Amino acid sequence: MSFRRVRAIARKEFLHILRDRRSLMMALALPALLLILFGYALTLDVDRIPVLVVDHDGSLESRDLVSRFEGSRYFDLLGTVDSLEIVEESIDRGNCLAALVIDRDFASDLGRGRTASVQLILDGSDSNTASIALGYAEAIIARYSAEQMASRSNRIAGGVSAIPVEARARVWYNSELRSKNYIVPGLVAVILMIIAALLTSLTIAREWEMGTMEQLLSTPVRPAELVLGKMSAYFLLGAVDTITAILLGVVIFEVPLRGNLILLAVSCAVFLIGALCWGIFLSASVRSQLLAYQVGLLSSFLPAFLLSGFIFAIKNMPLPVQVATYLVPARYFITVLRGIFLKDVGLLIIGGELFLLFAFAAAVFAFATRKLKGKIA
Amino acid sequence: MNREPVVQVEGLVKQFGEFVAVDHISFHVEKGEIFGFLGSNGAGKSTTIRVLCGLLAPTEGRALVGGLDVALYPERVRQGIGYMSQKFSLYNELSVQENIDFFAGIYSVPRSNRERRKQDVLERMGLISKRDVPTHLLAGGWKQRLALACAILHEPGIIFLDEPTSGVDPLARRDFWDLIYELSGEGRTVFVTTHYMDEAEYCHRLALMDEGRIVSLDSPERLKAGFAPDRFLQVDTPRLLSALDCLEAHPGFSEVSIFGSGLRLRVGDLVEGERVVRELLSNQGIEVHQIREVQPTMEDVFISQVEQSSGVRR
Repeated sequence: MSFRRVRAIARKEFLHILRDRRSLMMALALPALLLILFGYALTLDVDRIPVLVVDHDGSLESRDLVSRFEGSRYFDLLGTVDSLEIVEESIDRGNCLAALVIDRDFASDLGRGRTASVQLILDGSDSNTASIALGYAEAIIARYSAEQMASRSNRIAGGVSAIPVEARARVWYNSELRSKNYIVPGLVAVILMIIAALLTSLTIAREWEMGTMEQLLSTPVRPAELVLGKMSAYFLLGAVDTITAILLGVVIFEVPLRGNLILLAVSCAVFLIGALCWGIFLSASVRSQLLAYQVGLLSSFLPAFLLSGFIFAIKNMPLPVQVATYLVPARYFITVLRGIFLKDVGLLIIGGELFLLFAFAAAVFAFATRKLKGKIA
Repeated sequence: MNREPVVQVEGLVKQFGEFVAVDHISFHVEKGEIFGFLGSNGAGKSTTIRVLCGLLAPTEGRALVGGLDVALYPERVRQGIGYMSQKFSLYNELSVQENIDFFAGIYSVPRSNRERRKQDVLERMGLISKRDVPTHLLAGGWKQRLALACAILHEPGIIFLDEPTSGVDPLARRDFWDLIYELSGEGRTVFVTTHYMDEAEYCHRLALMDEGRIVSLDSPERLKAGFAPDRFLQVDTPRLLSALDCLEAHPGFSEVSIFGSGLRLRVGDLVEGERVVRELLSNQGIEVHQIREVQPTMEDVFISQVEQSSGVRR
């Protein structure tokens, strides 16, 4: 391994990057664009669910229950209507997602100690939101019910008794349960994977297409030097992209960055090297810029998006797919990023993931080098 | 000339699947020699060069370059050679100077020496005024010079040039050959392939290739002298095509062809040949302006050798 040759290649490659203004602009703007686009579009938060009320009772008690919904940040009370037909129409039009229907006998049933029932109508066509809305509504009603029970027993027994059990929830690391805090670190990983693989996917294929690879192969340059040199040049570009993505996440999406910055930098660097080498490997394998670009896009985007635990929980996947996720470096990187961003975890906790990222980078580097060696037939 | 062989090839075969591109060739090239490979496209010239540069592994046989077996030590061989491929293969986006800097780095030209080497090749190739020009803006001849500059930057002992002058105008070609002579004068060995007959005559020694084989190998003068005692006649006549038909039909003449404004043919004896030609043509009423002896060209040699060798094979 000659440092001088590696540097010569890195310098040349860097000049290529600078000369190709359009690609350079793309490479620099794309992460910001993707982050903003996905960051705003991808939200898992369910709050301000539009809800209509049909209050047939109109009693003090029913209004009390409605006011609980009004006070919740998860529901947005659109108003009170008289008939179910209006509810039906609103749900069909998508104006509201849920309706609370209170029976005529609500207050009197409560007063007589009978079970009073309220009806909750949900738009199940958006099953995810509906099931989350159902959970919130049930919690409000359960609390209301427990309070009623307590006050009634107080009236009868004359004593002062409280609600039997009350949950005091305390959410760690993301106290407001903002899904952005969960999504943005994952998004950074997905975007870096795509950008890095695309950046390098053209680089060897272009040399084959231009015939310069033949010239290079006639020189004492070794495959490992070629891969390392090219990777170094694109690493600079990738580092700029990484910093852009992380800064945007923190500034625009207000994701807290609680962890150690050095640990973050090291993790990003290792992941970036692996992803860049993946692009080089593809480029050396297919020898055509167009094909390398397409394979690069698919092979980076799909696994990083679907199989990394970015949005879809790996635990819920069928076993063979779960096994496949172990081969997706983004999976480890996302765990690392979320840990550093939100939990300020140390090397002790994410060391395993970091090691696997390192192993991935080393393996892909070796593959890329081998692929180039094999080209001399 | 020093009798030290720097390239030795013995029984070299290169097969691509069923296709035999190079078929048992053996030769050696001496230090400082300009050694040419002449042949049509697909004759196996480029394949041979690429084996010698360690770009292709031989199927059979042995190739020593600078005393090292290419198949065993391709990396060491590459440090001692310069290679210019058939297709222009430098970086178009980079300037002349940047290309040179890149190859200086790749060949590990020592830092202390680098500026001097760079200046030297730029001067020698006449590229000083073009050092900052982007390579894609250079005309064909200048591109060839730049490619040669990059190939000799590390002062290799052997330089392989694969059709270096294809697509270059005749004047630039002549200049390029002056550079080749200069390199040879410095004791560097130049191994060059071409399909230009005139260019082939500039070589010290020449291997004629056809269908993967070397059909003949000698100095251009000796190759041409190989026709003795046969001679060549040039016949000037206004009715070229009728004369061609008439002479070709005669069994005593071989290799009758149109050459410039006249016909060329190979004869066993000058006086007898001229007599027969005049007789045949006057019988047909074809006027003859002049008949004179001419020297055989490399093309004559090549055609005759290739015909002979394929005749033997059949």
